[in-house]
Amino acid sequence: MSAGVKSVLAEERAGDRPGPGVTPPGEERGAKRGRRGGRSGRGRRLPFRPTLLLAWAVLAVVLLWALVPGLFTDYSAVSGTPRDRLLPPGGAHWLGTDELGRDLYARIVHGAAHSLSAAVVAVAVGFVAGTVLGLIAGSAGGIVDAIIGRLVDVLLSIPGLLLQLSVIILLGFGTVNAAIAVGLTSIASFTRLTRSEVVRVRRSDYVEAAFGSGGRYASVLVRHVLPNSLGPVLSLIALQVGTAIIAISTLGFLGYGAPPPTPEWGLLIAEGRNYIATSWWLTTFPGLVVVLVVLAANRVGQSIGRGAQAGRIR
Amino acid sequence: MARYLWGRIAQAVLVLWIAFTVTFVLLQALPGDAVLIKFQGGDLNLTPAQLEEIRLSYGADESLLVQYLHAIGNVLTGDLGYSVQAGVPVTTLLAANLPSTLVLASLGFAVAVVLAVGIALVSSLTPFAWLRNVLHSVPSLFISIPTFWLGITLIQIFSFRLKLVPVIGGSTLESLLLPVLTLAVPISAPLAQVLVRSIDEVSVQPFVSVVRAKGASPSWVLWRHVARNATLPALTIAGVLLGELIAGAVVTETVFGRTGIGRITQDAVNNQDVAVLQAVVLLSALGYVVVNLIVDLLYPVLDPRITVRSGDRRANRRAGARVATGASA
Repeated sequence: MSAGVKSVLAEERAGDRPGPGVTPPGEERGAKRGRRGGRSGRGRRLPFRPTLLLAWAVLAVVLLWALVPGLFTDYSAVSGTPRDRLLPPGGAHWLGTDELGRDLYARIVHGAAHSLSAAVVAVAVGFVAGTVLGLIAGSAGGIVDAIIGRLVDVLLSIPGLLLQLSVIILLGFGTVNAAIAVGLTSIASFTRLTRSEVVRVRRSDYVEAAFGSGGRYASVLVRHVLPNSLGPVLSLIALQVGTAIIAISTLGFLGYGAPPPTPEWGLLIAEGRNYIATSWWLTTFPGLVVVLVVLAANRVGQSIGRGAQAGRIR
Repeated sequence: MARYLWGRIAQAVLVLWIAFTVTFVLLQALPGDAVLIKFQGGDLNLTPAQLEEIRLSYGADESLLVQYLHAIGNVLTGDLGYSVQAGVPVTTLLAANLPSTLVLASLGFAVAVVLAVGIALVSSLTPFAWLRNVLHSVPSLFISIPTFWLGITLIQIFSFRLKLVPVIGGSTLESLLLPVLTLAVPISAPLAQVLVRSIDEVSVQPFVSVVRAKGASPSWVLWRHVARNATLPALTIAGVLLGELIAGAVVTETVFGRTGIGRITQDAVNNQDVAVLQAVVLLSALGYVVVNLIVDLLYPVLDPRITVRSGDRRANRRAGARVATGASA
């Protein structure tokens, strides 16, 4: 699934979203609090949430895969023994082997570094560009705000995948280019969210107080407005990591990401597709890993978002 | 009202114009050259002079500004340029491939709506908390599944394991079954989320309590009073869903080897056939803008509680998204 719908949902979950489809944040918070009887505000003991714990665990394991793949597997990700080609999952090869006798589990573990680093680059691009644009739009207002608003409209009007393809046709194929393309599509979400947060925070008493006590514009912006706008943005970051992993694997699957020997997850699925009639494990396991990681990232993002909202009510 | 109408239309045109300009600037800055990719090498053995002549015939030597003005004029007269790779005008290419994508997309959308409404209704009517919890987590699961993998897995299960749907051949219906399902799943997720959420919001409105107090059954309340109010907010994500349909169609067509817009888009990227990609991008931006325009204009008609304050789109949209107190009670 590409960035379009995901980003809309992400923003909804992350907190404020000006525009279509959602109740204004103030109202929603009020309604929620009403329904839950004001429980969310005080006495924030951490409740036991098994799925959240599981989500963090999945992310931790995948992060370790990316950082120290040697801990998890002795097999090589790029060279195999041709004698052992297309073995089903079993004792020696937990998830089976591919057409060149390479261990699939090893390839998935080593692939984590590619998929995660691409996702991090993508989110970093979207976060930096989007936050800067949102900060400018929210604090400058007027014509600057209008221009940035129209640019965001344009970014949103083009489906994520098509925008990514346009960037890739421009930059060429490859992991980094795919990551940049994915990052560009997430700029709109970050810009909108940051802008709405900045507008909200800027009107609050403590910011006026900071101005009133003689704070310079830039210092108030950096020391008061920015830190207080970051909660929902953090939540959006986690959600965008999930989106980015899907988008990058999609581009990898289409052949626009990493070149073949790389064990990138989307590419694994694309290669396994040639043996779909005989070797189900080649497409099934990499896909399941992608789904699990994305689910985990979304779950974590959701809980950060709720935390940010609860903090705000207090 | 008229002022609001014209303001919205002008805004839509502005977004389209910026979209066109941005894609033009981006894509014309390409280092590669579609003419060279197609004609260089191969069996033709063209001399550099002949290559230059072909490039001239595509207008590739003029300044960027002249090319831009040309392109704008052409688009306004319905000429989307020439596909270097296919050797036909882009409009011909689009016309040949649009029907199959439209069939896929509209069936996919219909199934997605059924799925989403089913999830929302069952989860709000069911007396079992566990079923409600399961249904509420279905959309987040759907969102986490890559479309291309879903398609492959469906082929795996239904064609190779269960042998229910033939891999190649089969009737039109059979060949559409799995692609439509693949496309419907990711579209249904956001729709279901919006529906579930707005049903929750409408259900706590005072007018619902009044209807319940009068003795109406839960399903009556849901059908007659809640559903009508809860479906309106779903309209506001129509534009996003359209974009998602187009992107989903590109991936689905690739996975299932179907012809259509997705196929020509992929070919365009592989061959740096800029004109085709730009046309597809422009077409989807047009779809998004038009759908959103229609929703914005329709909303006050469908929901009489909303009054249009001229030029204040955001306020209007917000009011539209807000599920206000019950007029239908």
